[in-house]
Amino acid sequence: MNAIIVSTLLGVIMMFCSWGIKTQKTQHTIALVGLFVLILSNLAQLNGWFVIDFDTKGMLAFTRFGLYVNTLFFLITFIYIWLNGEEIAKFDNQAADFYALFFFILCGASILTSFDNLLMLFLGIEILSIPLYILTGADKKNLFSNEAALKYFLMGSFSTGILLLGITFIYGATGSFHLVEPVLRASDGLPKEQMILSAGLLLVFAAMNFKVSAAPFHFWTPDVYDGAPTVFTSFMATIVKAAGFIAFITIFSSQSKALGYTWELVLSFVIISTLLVGNIVAVFQRSVKRMLAYSSIAQAGFMLFALYGKSSFAQEAIVLYAVVYSLATIGVFGVLIKMKENSFEAFNGLAKANPLLAFVTTIFLFSLAGIPLTGGFFAKYYMLNALYAAGAGLWLIIIAILFAAVSVFYYFKLVQAMYFVTGEPTMHEVPKKYTYALLLIAILLLILGVFPSVVFNYLYF
Amino acid sequence: MLISFLLIPILTAIVLLFIKKDTLASQTAIAASLATLALAVFASFNQVDAFDIAWLPNLNSRFTLQVDGLAKILILLTAISLPAILIASAKNEYKQKNIFISLLLFTQAGLMGVFLAGDALLFYFFWELALIPVYFLCSIWGGEKRIAITFKFFIYTFLGSLFMLIGILFLNAHTAEHSFSIQAFIHANLTGGQKITAFALFFIAFAIKMPIFPLHTWQPDAYEQSPTPVTMVMSAVMVKMGLYGILRWLLPLFPVAFAAHTNVVVFLSVVGILYASFIAIRQDDIKRLIAYSSIAHIGLMNAAIFTNTGIAIQGALIQLFSHGINVLGLWIIADILEQQTGTRSMQQMGGLAKKQPTLAILLVGFALANIAMPLTNAFVGEFLMFNGLFILNPWIAAFAGISIVLAAIYTLNMVQKVAYGEISEKINNMPAPNKAAQAVLIILLIIVFVTGVYPQPLFTLTADTLEQLLAK
Repeated sequence: MNAIIVSTLLGVIMMFCSWGIKTQKTQHTIALVGLFVLILSNLAQLNGWFVIDFDTKGMLAFTRFGLYVNTLFFLITFIYIWLNGEEIAKFDNQAADFYALFFFILCGASILTSFDNLLMLFLGIEILSIPLYILTGADKKNLFSNEAALKYFLMGSFSTGILLLGITFIYGATGSFHLVEPVLRASDGLPKEQMILSAGLLLVFAAMNFKVSAAPFHFWTPDVYDGAPTVFTSFMATIVKAAGFIAFITIFSSQSKALGYTWELVLSFVIISTLLVGNIVAVFQRSVKRMLAYSSIAQAGFMLFALYGKSSFAQEAIVLYAVVYSLATIGVFGVLIKMKENSFEAFNGLAKANPLLAFVTTIFLFSLAGIPLTGGFFAKYYMLNALYAAGAGLWLIIIAILFAAVSVFYYFKLVQAMYFVTGEPTMHEVPKKYTYALLLIAILLLILGVFPSVVFNYLYF
Repeated sequence: MLISFLLIPILTAIVLLFIKKDTLASQTAIAASLATLALAVFASFNQVDAFDIAWLPNLNSRFTLQVDGLAKILILLTAISLPAILIASAKNEYKQKNIFISLLLFTQAGLMGVFLAGDALLFYFFWELALIPVYFLCSIWGGEKRIAITFKFFIYTFLGSLFMLIGILFLNAHTAEHSFSIQAFIHANLTGGQKITAFALFFIAFAIKMPIFPLHTWQPDAYEQSPTPVTMVMSAVMVKMGLYGILRWLLPLFPVAFAAHTNVVVFLSVVGILYASFIAIRQDDIKRLIAYSSIAHIGLMNAAIFTNTGIAIQGALIQLFSHGINVLGLWIIADILEQQTGTRSMQQMGGLAKKQPTLAILLVGFALANIAMPLTNAFVGEFLMFNGLFILNPWIAAFAGISIVLAAIYTLNMVQKVAYGEISEKINNMPAPNKAAQAVLIILLIIVFVTGVYPQPLFTLTADTLEQLLAK
């Protein structure tokens, strides 16, 4: 509860602080201090020092898992804002507005990690999504940014509609919004209600797939990711997506049993098609930004494995995966921001021009590809381990592995451009400080590549 | 103590990144690799305790390093190769040479890790880590078509190792305490069918690494396009990872599945041996010739191991070391020729014996070892291996035996073209002999003949491994 309330308050404060405080630097600092306060307040609840508490009629349930995930989200946002302060300031004199939107998004994310009621799910998703529509269109004079925002808004609202329809169906069949294993209302026509319940769950499933950009509901992703300003794409593809996944898992860990065998079938279909579309299409991209958009679809396919069965393995896996994926993606986008264009050619010869930057980019790409010594390897390993522990067949793991090998093709294309092709990278000036910040993220990834358990040990203690 | 096999190369490699002066970088690396060699010699003839600390407690994976005869012999080979390569190529010019050498040392650390790891996850970790620096080495400093070819090599081996990862995950799920140690894997609770699956998953990784026909297509190109010092590492030591994997993991873990696949694998190996030998005869490029010859030799070792007879496995254990030394010598000569004449085509060579007699004599020495003449080290190993093949099936042994004749043809052909005949223009223009490289070659040649005449130390070294493998 602390996180939800404090993030809302901070959002409001940020909104109004642009009246009094005009310098970008100060606004940036205030946002960082605000985030720090947010982290502290959330830690306070996690450790039971100080809890704002009132009766939510059981609509929210604060578990250790949810609160801990909150902390991780806030920390990653902290890194993100710390890194991208200058870039965010470029779009508007009033960067404070954007920071306010970030805080609202975090509020939505903290609802999504702790809802225990389908209405709260709906609320969380909306609070998360609406600021995103604005961020997508932040580059007001850019036609692509506007197009992307409109597209995202229309499709996003449509999918929210579907979500709402699904929730209605579930309510109709069970008479409850609560996230327990669904019990059908006793009546004469049980088969009919079973059907309604299944339909409702499938609709919710489809809407959630849309939010986490899983195939076949991924069509908005490349256009929106491509059109949105790179700095916001980076946020969209990481924390927002991860929050979506946590919600996704929370719903279906309790509800999936109602679907019976259909569940595994549908889920396998979605996972395989997501991996297929994401990986195969990414290979053929000419623009790094679009490649990363498809790669984020592919990574979503991997994260979907956590839905297979709710074990402690799956929880560890999704937490590790979300953190590692977010850090690596923020890193890659952080480098991309400094490029004048988004093509692969822009990276040509980066290793010569700026060896350190090329090195950190390589670490990010290795992590996304799942090469050992980077966090990405253990993220994938834990995920597959969870999958096998949940009783999935070996064939599914083999498919996942094959696509992981395909992903090497497009990630390494960038490595090849940086190291093996001679040329002059077309990039803006990169301040030393910025490179060191990226290096810090890379070092975090390397640490996670040797000791992955530092991330989820706190789930238990 | 075992941890220093990783620490020395890694720390030196990191230091090298900051030493911009070529000669100093090269000297530092040589000193470090000689230190590793001294340690390896010490470890080979003494009892060494395992190094074991907790690594990933919630996965139950431990950072375990341990040695037995098999590991010792490969550690020794790795430790000998690096200083030999560094000294022999000390005069070669590469852009950013300190990084080049640094990556070579990282590779060495990865290889050492592979041979020392007693924990499956750690093994996989190092297996990949040995690959990454080689990928950069070949792609940055390689020949014209380096990028595409190295990528093919990378994808091949990466895919293979991913299958091994599934195998590890699969076995881990079926051990009593979800452990990754070799012992736990040996006692994993699997049905017959599951064992075959796991066997296949591991085997793909090893088969690609060796490589076994028909998965060999990455190798000749990769050897040809890589800078020769890297080719030396790949061909002398890295391919042994595949054979090592079979001896360390496959054979002890799945003895039954192993025996069930004897015929298929031996057949494929023999096909590969003959195929590679015939192609080697047609080569004009000296690097490609050695590459194909190496495929044939590795194929023979693989066939010998899969016969599952004590005598053949003993032969293969020795040959792991001997082949490394021999092929290293050949590559160093090829590198000298390429550096000094500017060509790899044997057509354009000739008359080396008149211009640089020492080098020509060394070439003949290693050529004889390549054909496994008696008195050379390769004879001991190959004799035992053919013996084992003969026990399995005389026909198979007969077909594989053709490869000896073919090896004589292509190797002697090479000697003839390079060393004798009219002095060609390129050979005539060769600068003064590279004394350091020749000294390395002489030492290697001494090893060739000493272990050829008196191989007992190698038998003693590998005795414990052999005993364990046969106890299954």
